Amino acid sequence: MNRYTKRTFALEMLMIAVGIVFAFPVYVLVNLAIRQPSDTSSPISPTTSPTLANFTGAWREAGLGGALVNSVLVTVASVAIVLAVSAFASYPLARSTARWSRTTFLVIMLGLILPFQLASLPLYQTVRDLGLLGSVWSLVLFYSGLQVPFTTFLYVGFLRALPRDFEEAASIDGASPFTTFRYVVLPMLKPITVTALVLNAVAVWNDFFTPLLYLSGSDQQTVPVAVAGFVGQFVSDWNLIFAALLISIIPVLAVYLALQRSIINGFAGGLKG
Amino acid sequence: MLPALLLFAFVVLVPSARGIYYAFTDWDGLDPDFAVVGLRNFTDMLGDEDALQAIWHTVLIAVAITVIQNGIGLLLALGVNSLIKTRNFLRVLLFAPAVVTPIVTAYLWRNLLGPDGAVNAVLGPWGRDWLGDPGLALWMIVVVVVWQFAGYSMVIFLAGLQSIPREIYEAAAIDGTGPVRRFWSIVRPLLAPAITINLMLSIIGGIKLFDQVYALTGGGPGHATDTISTLIYKDAFTLGEFGYSIALAVVLTIIVAIFSAAQYGVLNRNEKAAS
Repeated sequence: MNRYTKRTFALEMLMIAVGIVFAFPVYVLVNLAIRQPSDTSSPISPTTSPTLANFTGAWREAGLGGALVNSVLVTVASVAIVLAVSAFASYPLARSTARWSRTTFLVIMLGLILPFQLASLPLYQTVRDLGLLGSVWSLVLFYSGLQVPFTTFLYVGFLRALPRDFEEAASIDGASPFTTFRYVVLPMLKPITVTALVLNAVAVWNDFFTPLLYLSGSDQQTVPVAVAGFVGQFVSDWNLIFAALLISIIPVLAVYLALQRSIINGFAGGLKG
Repeated sequence: MLPALLLFAFVVLVPSARGIYYAFTDWDGLDPDFAVVGLRNFTDMLGDEDALQAIWHTVLIAVAITVIQNGIGLLLALGVNSLIKTRNFLRVLLFAPAVVTPIVTAYLWRNLLGPDGAVNAVLGPWGRDWLGDPGLALWMIVVVVVWQFAGYSMVIFLAGLQSIPREIYEAAAIDGTGPVRRFWSIVRPLLAPAITINLMLSIIGGIKLFDQVYALTGGGPGHATDTISTLIYKDAFTLGEFGYSIALAVVLTIIVAIFSAAQYGVLNRNEKAAS
């Protein structure tokens, strides 16, 4: 059972074949992104005279530089806010057994079921009345609220499984609840914070529907809406489009490859949370 | 606690409550003068072929994604949970699509599945107009979502598999239990938490699906791939029918609630039975 047998080898070959099938779209993506538009050979045959012109063209036309800055800004601000407010809210929700605490928790959990489509249309009106349409701050506000239920769910689940001994020791020593939270509980929340950080950052960075609603027609774009606008503009100029798609994927894949262990564990960590 | 509650109330709770109210009006999104029309939006829906089709597509896509994505995800997890030398590499590779922006991968696939795309280049004479054929387009959306998120299911199943103590597994092997029996009687019950979370994630994600449909087919050809989410968007922002659009969102909410409750009930019982 712990030996590398012929059957293990057969499995290895099969899994490599599966890996090739999964990676195939990425091969075509790169292959066409470096291809000159005049080259009409099959999309799967390797490009013979590669060019970087598509990348400079796509970068210039799609406004990807500004979109990347906006996406980073929105993601960092929203995730920081949602982690901070959810961690603070989770402590009393996890520790207090009072009726108000349980009721509040259930109301927040309702947010896990309500699809964002229901809230996003009336909120569209509010955002418009506040004059925030077309501003990336409307997105920061939206995600800061939208991600509260899920993040609170993760924190409360984690806190409930955490022994109270340290907190009790701190309070016997005369620490106030706030001090206990700040110096005793908060440091222990690190593993679940990594999970919440990863899941929220991916969700916010990748969201398309919300910026489509709140930013459409403005010059402030995030990466997903900038890409969609670009595809709409250069309908069949696929070499240019593929270069734009590749540019938008590279930062995500770079972060993923650099932090793959934390990211994969973060996604799997929702299981224990 | 207050900041979290205020943000949640402002962004989710109050707009959702207002949404439910608007579903019973003829509001167009702009005009402050609108009338409460009772159940008219919902009775209109029953006579609206496009809406009924979209509801059916939504359920079909969600169920198909759930079954196929988790089936493949489980097989991949078993594959990389073995002694193969490429297991770490494959784990990173197979999960990679799950972190990439769905709208971006969907545009990539729109080209791959096009008449002159790479898929047809590979298939040669078996090529089809995958996205232009009303009978196929819906399944192509499923294929793209499964390609992207099978690795996500795999990672969660893998965490479940790795939490199973090796001794249990080895003891069964020594007792002469075959691999299929071992999987069904030992692995499957212990995998119950991973199954619960995976089914929940894929079914809810499938019901709310918007980006992939928007980028791959835009709901077409005709209305062959419209889902509730794409119809909500079209009705509100191209037709100005906010009231009707939000009524569709209410139907979406009800479907999510039914599936969540059903899954919670069934899986909770299974988990209890397993432990």
